[in-house]
Amino acid sequence: MVTRPGRAEHVVDAPLTPPSSSQGLLEVFRRRYLLRLLVARELNARYAASFLGFLWSYINPLSQLFIYWFVLGKIVGMEDRVPGDFAVHVFCGLVVVHFFTETFAAGTRSIVRNKSLVQKMALPREMFPVASMLVSLFHVGPQLLILTVVCLFSGWVPDPVGLLALLLALAIAMVLGTALAILFSAANVFFRDFASAVGILTNFVRFGAPMIYPFTLVEERFGGFAPYYLLNPIADAVLLVQRAFWVGATPDPDATAAEHLPDHLFLYGLGGLAASLVVLAVAQAVFSRFENKVPERL
Amino acid sequence: MSYPDNTSIVVDGVSKEFTLRYQRTLKQVTVALAKGRDISDTFKAVDDVSFTVEQGESIGLMGLNGSGKSTLLKLINGIMRPDSGQVLTRGRIAGLIATGAGFHPQLTGRENVFLNAAILGMSEAETKRKFDAIVDFADIGRFLETPVGNYSSGMFARLGFAVAIHVDADVFLADEVLAVGDRPFKKKCLERMAEIRDSGVTLFYVSHAAASVRKMCDRVLVLEKGRLAFDGDVGEGIRYLKYEDADPGNEPDEVDSLGDEELGADI
Ligand SMILES: Nc1ncnc2c1ncn2[C@@H]1O[C@H](COP(=O)(O)OP(=O)(O)OP(=O)(O)O)[C@@H](O)[C@H]1O
Ligand SMILES: [Mg+2]
Repeated sequence: MVTRPGRAEHVVDAPLTPPSSSQGLLEVFRRRYLLRLLVARELNARYAASFLGFLWSYINPLSQLFIYWFVLGKIVGMEDRVPGDFAVHVFCGLVVVHFFTETFAAGTRSIVRNKSLVQKMALPREMFPVASMLVSLFHVGPQLLILTVVCLFSGWVPDPVGLLALLLALAIAMVLGTALAILFSAANVFFRDFASAVGILTNFVRFGAPMIYPFTLVEERFGGFAPYYLLNPIADAVLLVQRAFWVGATPDPDATAAEHLPDHLFLYGLGGLAASLVVLAVAQAVFSRFENKVPERL
Repeated sequence: MSYPDNTSIVVDGVSKEFTLRYQRTLKQVTVALAKGRDISDTFKAVDDVSFTVEQGESIGLMGLNGSGKSTLLKLINGIMRPDSGQVLTRGRIAGLIATGAGFHPQLTGRENVFLNAAILGMSEAETKRKFDAIVDFADIGRFLETPVGNYSSGMFARLGFAVAIHVDADVFLADEVLAVGDRPFKKKCLERMAEIRDSGVTLFYVSHAAASVRKMCDRVLVLEKGRLAFDGDVGEGIRYLKYEDADPGNEPDEVDSLGDEELGADI
């Protein structure tokens, strides 16, 4: 070893490793402090320079609720097909669907939006889609609060199975939303078309879940094909939230559950969660494969 | 392959390929296909570069514009991954790549300091402890509370450098940190980098100014169109470059290095 005069000896007690992180999501959860800062940043930035600011995240879902309630409930007359309050039925779905679509849409744009950081700093890039998911999750809390209060007025009593259903539903939306956000955030770097495609996909999600119509209608129209409809994890998640809130808020919960919820709902839910985890693993693998080219293509 | 315990950086047969132009739209791709042109055109910005660096060495990385210096630093920093070969580093890396840090334009200077420090691996407590020193070093006054999008490029670099230099790093990368700073700041930066070097941190310094490289470094690497053209003694390396630059038309460089000659005398 060469000794350099006037230099202190600096012993580094660490192994030689590749400088770019390669552990993906694991690394994201190891660096929670950084994740928290990014989430805080996102929360500030999402409605930056708007007067109503934070309120927009309530105005958006509530205006959708109003449109669905009025057009489909009152004009189309869907409320006659749904026991209890049609607005509660819709809102149960909206909580999950809005969470999922926000995660998907914001997550897809997240890497491009943070390009100043991506190009100049070494950090796991999965951070950005995950942060988008957590920001969307942040807005779910108050919506659930509103839902709880409304349901309490309709004679709903909390039950442990309902709570489980809610948690399972949120887990599905979280995992699937994150998976798609990761996948599309990388794709969006190469072709900005993906951000536009997401707008279309989220529309399919919105109408492909039993939110503005009851599941009975699907069974009625599709008959034997209804189980295939339930292969959509978001449809399961919506039904699970309806199990958690809406069913208990109808005049006769047992009859509602028997008539309007599919058999083996929890089984479908767990299956949906498992499928979402598989999608997440695939998304991570694809992301790691293409991440190499992300900073130079921005 | 195994390396001695005091190896700080290993760059082994590393190449990085870039696409020269991207034909992104459907129209462009169809036109290119119809005319029988290539859809993409690639070149190697870093081409089969190998070297190892010991802990505590101070390396000057030199070369003409576009020779791949910043790209090599990004590979060592972990911002990019090599297409072939491998890069290995030991310990924490901090530094500044190509004038200015990864700041978020909408956030204020203060928020960016915290975010940047966290990305460089500092904890919240550590950042709070060093915050005053960072702000003191950057010396940007009350602009600390305004969004960095409104900063001048010098202020941007100052704040980025201030954060990077307060990380307890084992490897420090500095790419053109002095390019936009004013004279007093340049002097402060060079002094600070000398301190860092003397504390035994591995220093990787990119500069076009021969004088400051002579002052700071004990080994020079010269890149030429992505290939490692020279690796060795500082004086020889600079002479090698001068030989390369023998043609007239490089006067701005001379002026710059003269400025630094003085600057070197200052310190
Ligand atoms: N994202 C990118 N896509 C395509 N080409 C790139 C990209 N980034 C850099 N290049 C090209 O790679 C080559 C090396 O660039 P680099 O920034 O490493 O040069 P440099 O040695 O730092 O030059 P300078 O002295 O001007 O800072 C240049 O020809 C540049 O155009
Ligand atoms: Mg450069």
